[in-house]
Amino acid sequence: MKRLTLFCGHYGSGKTNLAVNYALWLRRQGKPAAIADIDIVNPYFRTKDSQAELEQAGVRVVALPFANTNVDLPALPPEVYALVQSRTDCAVFDVGGDDRGALALGRYVPSILEENDFDMLYVVNFYRPLTRTPAQALAVLREIEAACGIPFTGIVNNSNLAEETDVSVIDATRPLAAQLGALADLPVVMTAADERLGLPDVFPLRLQKKLV
Amino acid sequence: MAEKVLMKGNEAIAEAAIRAGCRHYFGYPITPQTEIAAYMAKRMPKIGGTFLQAESEISAINMVYGVAGTGKRVMTSSSSPGISLKQEGISYIAGADLPALIVNVQRGGPGLGGIQPSQSDYFQATKGGGHGDYRLIVLTPASVQEMADLTALAFDLSDKYRMPAMLLADGTMGQMMEPVELPAESGSTVAKPWAVTGTGLARRHNIINSLYLDPEELEKTNYERYERYAFIEEHEARWESYRMDDAEYCIVAFGIAARVAKNAISVLRAQGIKVGLIRPITVWPFPKKAIAEAAEQVSAFLSVELSMGQMIEDVRLAENCRRPVALCRRTGGMIPTPEQIIESVKRLKGGN
Repeated sequence: MKRLTLFCGHYGSGKTNLAVNYALWLRRQGKPAAIADIDIVNPYFRTKDSQAELEQAGVRVVALPFANTNVDLPALPPEVYALVQSRTDCAVFDVGGDDRGALALGRYVPSILEENDFDMLYVVNFYRPLTRTPAQALAVLREIEAACGIPFTGIVNNSNLAEETDVSVIDATRPLAAQLGALADLPVVMTAADERLGLPDVFPLRLQKKLV
Repeated sequence: MAEKVLMKGNEAIAEAAIRAGCRHYFGYPITPQTEIAAYMAKRMPKIGGTFLQAESEISAINMVYGVAGTGKRVMTSSSSPGISLKQEGISYIAGADLPALIVNVQRGGPGLGGIQPSQSDYFQATKGGGHGDYRLIVLTPASVQEMADLTALAFDLSDKYRMPAMLLADGTMGQMMEPVELPAESGSTVAKPWAVTGTGLARRHNIINSLYLDPEELEKTNYERYERYAFIEEHEARWESYRMDDAEYCIVAFGIAARVAKNAISVLRAQGIKVGLIRPITVWPFPKKAIAEAAEQVSAFLSVELSMGQMIEDVRLAENCRRPVALCRRTGGMIPTPEQIIESVKRLKGGN
């Protein structure tokens, strides 16, 4: 496991959910962990929604004070530099969607590449309308790499249909994830799924988002 | 792949519009509807359509006016403050009898307000908004699926009655993700002999205009337009009746408020309180008949709104003073909780 885990992907692929669950998992492994919200695209559904749970578990949350308020101000918390440059604790990065979101990661890239202790994970949901096929997903993957300047190191298959997800919904996407892996020459490092499905071979997610 | 996809409400509007044959989108970004513009920016160039980010909302609505005059399906979208800026253009489009789709993903107001969800543009959408005697067909989705389905319906109704239609959503509908089955490809089936498409030297010029030099002619045009509006009021009101069969109390709510109301109804029913819901799917035309019929059956109404109380005026006009109508509200970007609705219904029961 690398010191930095960077979750990037297309818009609405489930990066925040994954990042929060992954940071909590790191803590359960006994690692000192922090999570950084550098999403400059979406002012809703932020890491900050889970701040209480994260801090209770001992995860340091780096987010702007006005995330989740009435202010839509795309900006980056200054403490992110400390996470990148201190080179001590594990840190999970929740990056904004698409190439637009990945741009924000670009400013930290020189230090990240120099340290060279990172996993850059491409989160994909094949049920999202603009990433229905491996070829479409690959195109977005390349756009993100071009925007931030970091090559991906692995793929996370986070395919789901929200409440309508069952085992067959996930299984139908496993060949697509494998094809994407072959096209991009990257390993599929995990399949993630709602923990309530009770699947043995997946990274279990406790859903963070509020349902109405 | 499965037929269903997982979409944000805003994306569902954009994709449904494309599938309904809309190839012209003009807009200006504003939270919480920016995904509509972002989706159009990605898709339109790939299908030979036009996505244009205008220099302002006022420019965008006037570009819509221009394309609408050619008879092509065209749309714009914005959120509350941006919709205010578009009002002059909307009035011109209505005055020129043109079909077009305007999407309002509402946020808290007045003024710049905030980016959280709201339904406080109800008056603006249903009572005019811009100047002059005119109406919009106003549809109010309550799920991501309806964001898609009502977009297609809005284009059809707009073409059929030759008037602008509005999709009146809110920030939650725009931002929430749900599985959705996208509507089939379709397009306009209505002849548009009035469209400005070039005469081919075979007919007289068509003129798109809302200016009348003769006041008598303007009056006559307005009367004719209102005959059409009367027909729409008679035939196009849409609503969902939910657990109204044996209801003693009737909640009236649309959009996100109706979803919260359904949760409250489950709890109240379990406690033996017979409450149902009338969910307007069109707020103009307002489902007056459904409310009037309910007034024969229930002992009181509760209007649940994300505003200081706007739709409640239409509920009162429709029930015509036969029953008490109470209000359950949150505003400024806040959403009523099921508990608040439950308490409000129990107060009705207490004898209001």
